Amino acid sequence: MGQTTGRVLEGQAALVTGGSQGLGRALGGALAAAGARVVLVGRHLEPLAAAVAEIRAAGGEAHAIVADVADKDAAAVIAGQSTALVGPIDLLINNASALGPVPLRLLLDTDCEDLERALAVNLVGAFRLTKAIAGPMVLRGAGTIVNITSDAATEAYERWGAYGASKAALEQLGRVWAAELAGTGVRLLTVDPGEMDTRMHADALPDANRAELSDPARVAARILALVAGSDTASGARVAIRVGPAGVSAAGAAIR
Amino acid sequence: MRPARTYPDRRDDVRLLVIDPAAPEGAGLRETRTPALPELLAPGDLLVVNDAATLPASLRGTDEAGRPVEVRLIAVRGGWRADAGSSSPVHPSPLRFAAVLFGDGDWHTRTEDRPPPPELAEGARLHFGALRATVGRHASLSPRLLELRFDGDADALWAALYKEGRPVQYAHLAHDLPLWAVQTVYATRPWAFEMPSAGRPLSWEILLALRRRGVRWASLTHAAGLSATGDPAIDAALPLPEAFEIPSATARAVAETRARGGRVVAVGTTVVRALEGAAQQHDGIVRAGRGETDLRITPVFRPRVVDGILSGAHAAHESHFQLLAAFAGADLLAAAAAHAERSGFLTHELGDAMLVLPGALAQPERKATSAP
Repeated sequence: MGQTTGRVLEGQAALVTGGSQGLGRALGGALAAAGARVVLVGRHLEPLAAAVAEIRAAGGEAHAIVADVADKDAAAVIAGQSTALVGPIDLLINNASALGPVPLRLLLDTDCEDLERALAVNLVGAFRLTKAIAGPMVLRGAGTIVNITSDAATEAYERWGAYGASKAALEQLGRVWAAELAGTGVRLLTVDPGEMDTRMHADALPDANRAELSDPARVAARILALVAGSDTASGARVAIRVGPAGVSAAGAAIR
Repeated sequence: MRPARTYPDRRDDVRLLVIDPAAPEGAGLRETRTPALPELLAPGDLLVVNDAATLPASLRGTDEAGRPVEVRLIAVRGGWRADAGSSSPVHPSPLRFAAVLFGDGDWHTRTEDRPPPPELAEGARLHFGALRATVGRHASLSPRLLELRFDGDADALWAALYKEGRPVQYAHLAHDLPLWAVQTVYATRPWAFEMPSAGRPLSWEILLALRRRGVRWASLTHAAGLSATGDPAIDAALPLPEAFEIPSATARAVAETRARGGRVVAVGTTVVRALEGAAQQHDGIVRAGRGETDLRITPVFRPRVVDGILSGAHAAHESHFQLLAAFAGADLLAAAAAHAERSGFLTHELGDAMLVLPGALAQPERKATSAP
């Protein structure tokens, strides 16, 4: 699976949460460069506005929505506002993630409220927004939803319990969602982007060797290829391992 | 009949009164519940829904003199952005709305009891938190019906509107309605100023069961306006002309359904207005595209395209009930109203439902050709 070039998403509307930094920001750039009208969601206006400005400077279309996906009232607002700006959403990427307080803590030391926050953003926030966006997709008979997960969902990494549990639950939601939406034309993909050189990663593992981490832009290019193509079946979990910028990489593994 | 003051426990499980104008005399009514909907339609039928999402169309703020006002948006002036294609027009900027002006207070007071709004000249400025607007021309109908131009580009406007606005609601309700509570499960394009509430009891459980049964769905978008303002001149003119868009897939589905003898079932008045309004403009054929309709469904109106309607429950004196007379005879409707009254049906946007459909009560397995 190579890097997708050209305007393969021309005319499509894409909504990306966690869009002001890291993978979300890279995805916004990649989707807009592919011709999509992009809406980025984030909690803080300044970094979001910078991401939007960067896309517009490159000739793409992008809009910002300041919202916290964990807020119960946010889903209807994000759905309505984004559709007003770019039309019905063809592609939703649930990328917003809360890690919880760093340094990460053992489960025995984790406050219940911190687990609840991870679940509120990573699981319930994605669930609520998917409900608001997938219904219209089913009505129109087409659409793709991507949930961004982590290998912490499947591996028992010490101190990643709250985050990992939220992502494991998100993955299971994705499987059930794919089963329930079979035959509707709406596809749900779960993507594990691997360890990326992002602020979130630096927060969690400040001593990591950045030279070993994947470049979010290269991961975004792979995700673009995934959503632009139709060969990945709904319900699939795709692990992307691309490595740092400029280094040849292993491919995507589907399991 | 009383209005529902809050949501039912489950959106898709409310009382449903089935009214079958094709049934033998005395057998044209049956009370059931909305989960039975899939059995009441037949393979080959087409269910058409209004996919408009509900806007937070009520804004409270002040004029330059600090006098409190509420505006309720009722229509967009200048058109919406099309969905696809780089050649489609973006929102006109500044974006203009038609709006109805209210005085102090909020939905807790009945619209007809609200104090009159301040008189606002053309060019007056209004402040709704972060959102600012300039008053444009007044309608000849009433000085309370006016045009509003919001400051800022589309991004700023939509952000501010969704931040400052609340759903339009009325005094029969027990509590504030959050935005998510006034959406159908398929709410897509934010065109509606009030919820297209006939579709509120539809869940995906019901919609997917209909499809498994061989009932097709199709959608259109219709910019449902306000149902009441408390201003006698405006209320007498409602509904004002409303914008609609019919996708080509829907126009095709309507034509195919009719050609094969299936029934076209509209979910709500807005769908009737859009389909019949479009048909009226094209010699009885529903064409794809955008338009605006001033069609009013009255008891003497004879639908050319729509065979039946799923509607909220309404009392006999309400205009919404009277328009059911376009689909069923006066005697049957009088019996239906009496039944709903006796049975304690709940009315308004969170209430019970009615289905008027010829052949709905013919049992067990009707052919799709049972349309009149």
